[in-house]
Amino acid sequence: MKNVNLETIVGVFVLIGILCLGYLSVKLGKMELLGGDYYEVYAEFDNVSGLKKGASVEIAGVEIGRVDRIMLNSGKEKAKVYLRVNSSLKLQDDVIASVRTRGIIGDKFIRLKPGGSDVFINPGGKIRESESSIDLEELVSKYIHGNVE
Amino acid sequence: MTLLIRKLGALALFILGEMGRMLDFLLYGIYCIVRFPGRPVHILKQIHFIGARSSFVILLTASFTGMVLGLQGYYTLSKFGSEGLLGSAVALSLIRELGPVLSALMVTGRAGSAITAEIGIMRITEQIDALDTMALNPFKYLISPKLLAALVALPLLCAIFDVVGIYGGYVVGVKLLGVNPGAYFHEMEKSVEWKDVYSGIMKSLSFGVIIAWVCCYKGYYCGHGAEGVSRATTSAVVMSSVVILIWDYFLTSVLL
Repeated sequence: MKNVNLETIVGVFVLIGILCLGYLSVKLGKMELLGGDYYEVYAEFDNVSGLKKGASVEIAGVEIGRVDRIMLNSGKEKAKVYLRVNSSLKLQDDVIASVRTRGIIGDKFIRLKPGGSDVFINPGGKIRESESSIDLEELVSKYIHGNVE
Repeated sequence: MTLLIRKLGALALFILGEMGRMLDFLLYGIYCIVRFPGRPVHILKQIHFIGARSSFVILLTASFTGMVLGLQGYYTLSKFGSEGLLGSAVALSLIRELGPVLSALMVTGRAGSAITAEIGIMRITEQIDALDTMALNPFKYLISPKLLAALVALPLLCAIFDVVGIYGGYVVGVKLLGVNPGAYFHEMEKSVEWKDVYSGIMKSLSFGVIIAWVCCYKGYYCGHGAEGVSRATTSAVVMSSVVILIWDYFLTSVLL
């Protein structure tokens, strides 16, 4: 009887501990147990300065995916950004991806602007239209040095 | 002068010998875990002692740590008008640093001292020698279940600490000070990465090894008589707390 009691107490302790671990790693750590409900597309940008892996991808302010990884493209001149997008969502092939900043000093994120085309991007496909991040420093220095176009 | 140098040399030799013996002890303990897994009941009892019976004190310290983090974080962040970041401040400091370290320190104080005293008393009443005489490996009965139990219990305690602390911060930040609850959890989910959770778990695993190792070692090689046990217990608690904090620094610098 005493043994059963001991086992129950330990069992409850371990269960609570594992629940807490699960909460931390799945909810907060965003560990994906099932990778099935996402697909990947990529886009090329001239400049993604400040954009980080894991940044959100949004349409009209609603989060629909995350930045998976960032690297240089094969020509070593542009940034190639892989996006993981919720698979319930189809992207038109004329969707525009732009790097935006939340507020003035906020995080960088990718904003997608849906297009009007009937053709959808396949998983692994490329978003052709892209806008780079706005370089605040460059803008300010242009203003200061007086050659605003 | 020569006496001084000789003393220094003796001290260095003593420290080196002690370190070597401790390493030997740990390696043999790990070998015993693999070689003689022992009866599950022994391990279960140790998990019950180290883990389950520490949960109350962990609950208490965790909720107050989270609450004071909420208070301090609010005070600091409100100077910049960014109270919304309170959730991420509380969660990151708990998950990365305070959860593993504080839970390890509490377990050291509660269970580590008891482990040292238990093994120390078995040593001075010659029960360990009796086991040896009967050709029963004392490591198999005393040390490896404790090592294994600490390895299982510490990450779980740390996870409980983190979650309870986060909700403690929530109570103070949102209910008392009026931070937006959506902002609290959203900022938290946005800023906490899998890497942070992982490094916290790694830390608490290694702290589990440190606690069981140092406390068992100090008890196993304790001095003579009641005084020897008391000295071993004190030095076990002091040493494992210090080692935890030092190891935490190095582990953080590696994992960061």
